Amino acid sequence: MALHLICCAKQVPDPETPAASFRIDPAAKKVVPAPGVAPVISPFDEQAVEVALKIKDARPDTKVTIISMGGASARDVVKHGLAMGADEGVLLDDPAFDGADAYQTAYALSQAVRKVGAFDAIFCGRQAADFDQGQVAIGLAELLGIPALINGQAAEFIDDRRVRFERVLPDGIGVFEAPTPVLTSYSQEVGQPRYPTLRNIMAAARKEITIWKSGDLGLDPAEFIPKTKLVDLYVPVYEGKCEIIEGENAADAGEKLALKLREAKII
Amino acid sequence: MPANGGRPGMTLELLGVGRRLANELGESLSVLVLGDSLTEAEGRDLIAHGADKVYIINDPMLSTYHPDTFAAATEQALRRLQPNIFLMGRSEIGQDVAPMVGFRLKTGLAMDCLDLQVDPATKKLIMIRPVYGGNARAHFMCTDFSPQMATVRPKTQDPAPRQEGRQGSVEFIDVALDPSVKRSDWVAYERWESTGGVSLASAEIVVSGGRGIGSTDAYQQTIEGAAGVLGGAAGASKACCDAGYAPPGNQVGLTGQRVSPKLYVAVAISGASQHIAGMGTSKAIVAINKDPDANIFKVARYGVVADYKQVMPSFIRKCQELVGSGE
Ligand SMILES: Cc1cc2nc3c(=O)[nH]c(=O)nc-3n(C[C@H](O)[C@H](O)[C@H](O)COP(=O)(O)OP(=O)(O)OC[C@H]3O[C@@H](n4cnc5c(N)ncnc54)[C@H](O)[C@@H]3O)c2cc1C
Ligand SMILES: Nc1ncnc2c1ncn2[C@@H]1O[C@H](COP(=O)(O)O)[C@@H](O)[C@H]1O
Repeated sequence: MALHLICCAKQVPDPETPAASFRIDPAAKKVVPAPGVAPVISPFDEQAVEVALKIKDARPDTKVTIISMGGASARDVVKHGLAMGADEGVLLDDPAFDGADAYQTAYALSQAVRKVGAFDAIFCGRQAADFDQGQVAIGLAELLGIPALINGQAAEFIDDRRVRFERVLPDGIGVFEAPTPVLTSYSQEVGQPRYPTLRNIMAAARKEITIWKSGDLGLDPAEFIPKTKLVDLYVPVYEGKCEIIEGENAADAGEKLALKLREAKII
Repeated sequence: MPANGGRPGMTLELLGVGRRLANELGESLSVLVLGDSLTEAEGRDLIAHGADKVYIINDPMLSTYHPDTFAAATEQALRRLQPNIFLMGRSEIGQDVAPMVGFRLKTGLAMDCLDLQVDPATKKLIMIRPVYGGNARAHFMCTDFSPQMATVRPKTQDPAPRQEGRQGSVEFIDVALDPSVKRSDWVAYERWESTGGVSLASAEIVVSGGRGIGSTDAYQQTIEGAAGVLGGAAGASKACCDAGYAPPGNQVGLTGQRVSPKLYVAVAISGASQHIAGMGTSKAIVAINKDPDANIFKVARYGVVADYKQVMPSFIRKCQELVGSGE
């Protein structure tokens, strides 16, 4: 049986942007993109794509579809997934999706998944590296009425109808099994995602991306309602009163540091 | 996962913030407890810690944690009790159950809140959470749906103190849990080998190493060595774990462990926002870094600008002398 896997990936401002060049437009409640730093596929989403592609490596007749909801620039995320080795790409691009909250995002994605058709498993990131919500994956599973296994490092199909999943817990790994269709989400423990090969990049460039507007998804206006609103967004200020301990040399500074901590009754 | 999500202190922290909000709003504070053989005495204990009402659900299917059974029981209880606000800890359990329940009740939820406040004008909840890997803070509010739901980050709230003589009621409620709600099976649990005696989550002192540590040997000698001397736990940055210097379970940060010890010593860690997201609430932060402009100095109380290889041996020796001296 050929498997069909769906990856949901979001475009985010590069999370490795140094803190010093991170800016917010408080009136618009939006991040101002750092000059010269291109947005990227959210790192955990890239890792989710990697897990799906590992399954495809083992079973080459597997079809992998990547879906991204975002502005026109999120096309790059879909292309990136294709270049990594996904087969089909879908972009949900409509001004109505701007500023969608977790509920609206999960709802729009669920409609897109239904439109894409039958599937065996969905692959998401544990949280998107913009709002770090960690809600959309589970929400999508809830709206589709399927189980969600979250925060994973690996997954495999035991047979055509059952997935084995490794969840990362604070002190170890929990191994879960679930029948398909199932949604899974992934964390950094997956490891380094593959780099697109030149051949795949060229193939991806030629590939047609499906673009759906809100009208194509048959969204029910009574359902597509935000449950939360963003009322404030700002950069927190730290007190920034660091006392630099100096000494005759570095070793002496180390001793002075220990004495300082004792004096302050910290140790 | 144990029923408290591995964070025994979390319940008291939730009671702390819950009591404060209930007082501000002039509402009562209830606690919902799930388990299979919970007693009235356990409920009474929560009342002593600030609850007005305790609702207990005992069901054999709740004897061990499973997302589907816990979500089903919570959903049913909330439909019946109709609270204005529903809070959970952002434990492993909260990460599953809160979004499941929020989506089922079609209401608003904010995950991993650092703080919760009441909006003076609308009396609605303002949910304050770190976003963009800790680079920014966001305030969210629910639109017109209830309950207003939030998960609270561990160790951000003062635990509720125990007060003898508090009045309140304990009620056992029944829910109908069908075994078919369980859609996945937990088949195994592989614990990581722990490196030291003290667990990161509960340690009062954490010594962490970054990529600048340079090797596994240096990590063991310097970071685990210092942690051992101070009776604390060893932590690490993601880059340090990724490089294989430290075991993966030692990672502190946005996607690692969240710690809030009395003392956090960051050795050769640059202080990326994602790292600070896991340790920024520590009472005292000490940074040792050879780069005077490293971001970590922005959150540190004490710093040494030098090569850690020169600083740490004498630091450890002096600590040993001071801590070993007994007081
Ligand atoms: C989505 C996402 C999630 C993330 N989650 C986490 C997380 O949970 N935890 C986390 O830590 N990171 C996380 N990161 C990674 C984070 O962005 C940084 O890359 C990481 O924290 C850097 O680790 P570091 O400070 O050890 O390394 P570097 O940034 O490379 O810093 C090394 C530091 O060591 C200093 N140094 C080098 N040699 C010496 C020496 N001999 N003596 C003294 N100082 C020296 C240098 O001056 C430098 O400041 C995440 C990133 C992303 C995108
Ligand atoms: N706009 C989007 N397009 C595609 N996938 C998304 C989008 N938003 C969220 N997701 C998926 O849901 C996961 C969790 O997102 P969040 O709840 O926003 O942290 C992400 O890692 C993605 O896999």
